[in-house]
Amino acid sequence: MSTLVIAEHDNSSLKNSVLNTITAAAAIGDAVDVLIAGADCKSAADEAASMKGVRKVILADSPAYLNQLPEALAPLVVAESGDYSHLFAAATTAGKNLMPRVAALLDVGQISDIVEVKSTDTFVRPIYAGNAMATVQSFDPTKVVTVRTTAFAEAAKGGSADVSVSNHVTDQTMAQFLGEQLSVSERPELTAASIIVSGGRGMQDGANFALLEKVADKLGAAIGASRAAVDAGFVPNDYQVGQTGKIVAPDLYIAVGISGAIQHLAGMKDSKVIVAVNKDEEAPIFQVADFGLVADLFEALPELEKAL
Amino acid sequence: MKVLVGVKRVADAYVRVRVKSDGTGVDLTNTKMAINPFCEIAVEEAIRLKEAGHATEVIAVSIGPTSSMEQIRTALALGADRGILVETAEAPEPLSVAKVLKAIVKKEEVDLVILGKQSIDTDNNQVGQMLAALCDMPQGTFACNAELKGSSVEITREIDGGEQTVLLTLPAVVTTDLRLNEPRYASLPNIMKAKKKPVDHVSPDDLGVQIVSNIQTLSVTPPNERSAGIKVDSVSELVEKLRNEAKVI
Ligand SMILES: Cc1cc2nc3c(=O)[nH]c(=O)nc-3n(C[C@H](O)[C@H](O)[C@H](O)COP(=O)(O)OP(=O)(O)OC[C@H]3O[C@@H](n4cnc5c(N)ncnc54)[C@H](O)[C@@H]3O)c2cc1C
Ligand SMILES: Nc1ncnc2c1ncn2[C@@H]1O[C@H](COP(=O)(O)O)[C@@H](O)[C@H]1O
Repeated sequence: MSTLVIAEHDNSSLKNSVLNTITAAAAIGDAVDVLIAGADCKSAADEAASMKGVRKVILADSPAYLNQLPEALAPLVVAESGDYSHLFAAATTAGKNLMPRVAALLDVGQISDIVEVKSTDTFVRPIYAGNAMATVQSFDPTKVVTVRTTAFAEAAKGGSADVSVSNHVTDQTMAQFLGEQLSVSERPELTAASIIVSGGRGMQDGANFALLEKVADKLGAAIGASRAAVDAGFVPNDYQVGQTGKIVAPDLYIAVGISGAIQHLAGMKDSKVIVAVNKDEEAPIFQVADFGLVADLFEALPELEKAL
Repeated sequence: MKVLVGVKRVADAYVRVRVKSDGTGVDLTNTKMAINPFCEIAVEEAIRLKEAGHATEVIAVSIGPTSSMEQIRTALALGADRGILVETAEAPEPLSVAKVLKAIVKKEEVDLVILGKQSIDTDNNQVGQMLAALCDMPQGTFACNAELKGSSVEITREIDGGEQTVLLTLPAVVTTDLRLNEPRYASLPNIMKAKKKPVDHVSPDDLGVQIVSNIQTLSVTPPNERSAGIKVDSVSELVEKLRNEAKVI
């Protein structure tokens, strides 16, 4: 038995989520290998080889994998899967896009978003937006799993695995990459930040997010948002925290003008410390907040910026 | 162009479900049930394609207990042309759902399948990707924009870092994200009309699909509850607590 981790990367370096996934894979108790598929992505493979606990890195380097489209990657993963009892990837948008496709090609089920490895075939995962935790056992010969990264620590550096080359190339023309609009920000990435300041509909408009940014600057924090704030166009969609957005668990989460709907809580209630600023003292967010401040955010935010 | 949409029956998004005390699942007695919100967006997108003259027929499928008929009727009231109810005791696992949908795609010669990105009860986020794999079709998951371009469909996808655009050759599978569109409400006359629209009842057997369950739920427990903390009176008290008590800044 061994586990293959399908790594997400930008062709030069690994995404942080790979490190959490390696830790989850190691909990199975057997060897962990990493698959890097991309174009001109040798440096990402070398980085994976330097992670502690990695036995071997498989490098599939071809223009066919440049944008890591699932139509190209899934057949590759299947071709490389023969020796593995487990296939793991992070439950990021990339992992969620790929792994069910892999599982279906293997004619096995897929287990989404695990937060705990109980044994080689048994896992814990949230359902109903985190309102219940299900312990599930898989009887499939290959366990195809996505991992909730916030539930597992990052693997450390300090390995020196061999890199072997895969010559499998998928020829597909059914899906074509046209482009990407990636948010550029000087701030830490939402899922990697240790402090997050999030705004909701209470912010009233996008320009007011400047108030949050000033606080975030002082704290070195990332900026997040509720779905209502994203839908209203205050901020881009990749800021959304929640059941259908990003799952985060920073040391400190400050929710400003957010009511605390279950779908929002699903994305942040595992944060270590939660602060809520809301003018409605009945807002449900206060039920999960360690520190609640009932106040008008337009007064509280400038004060907070000064006090930091 | 024939469009197939999947409509799953789930507990309403705004009810807070409770775990059963015996740990076998969640208690859904007397719980308000609804179309999975992402499926509603799928139905809306399909209807818009029909209104724009691109789609000739919109078929709504639900796989589950007889009660799923309600969700099919809702889809018909919103504008779908006909329904297919594939009766099973309960909603099957994603792989079996995908196999049933594949059988329908082949039988009906569907050109475009639009599903939700995720069921809000099981939170799986799998069926669309699995169906695409089984049918050897391209997939446009987490779509926030879809545009037909001849025999292809251009999909903008919500991804972790922002947005990505892909061009998929039809037939294809698309899964909806929340911002793809805003679903309409069914009007009373349309709800009445929907009662006369045809719905086929079939079994998985009729479609030649065997429902398997390889992932067994051993137990369902409540999550660790957070308890409410304290209210602070001022910003300065908040900062003091974060510095000296919680030590997070
Ligand atoms: C299928 C589905 C999936 C969803 N997924 C997500 C998700 O991933 N993430 C998510 O966030 N939501 C999600 N939602 C939406 C969710 O149900 C809520 O609608 C949303 O979280 C509400 O956002 P909000 O708290 O910003 O807005 P509101 O609920 O409108 O709350 C605004 C808050 O701001 C406060 N406020 C207003 N003005 C001020 C002021 N001047 N000072 C201080 N406080 C003020 C108000 O008291 C209020 O509590 C989903 C919904 C569905 C149906
Ligand atoms: N039992 C079902 N009947 C009809 N459609 C379904 C069913 N299960 C899942 N789907 C479709 O697949 C989407 C994703 O579901 P899931 O993979 O379970 O999260 C849903 O939004 C539906 O469009």
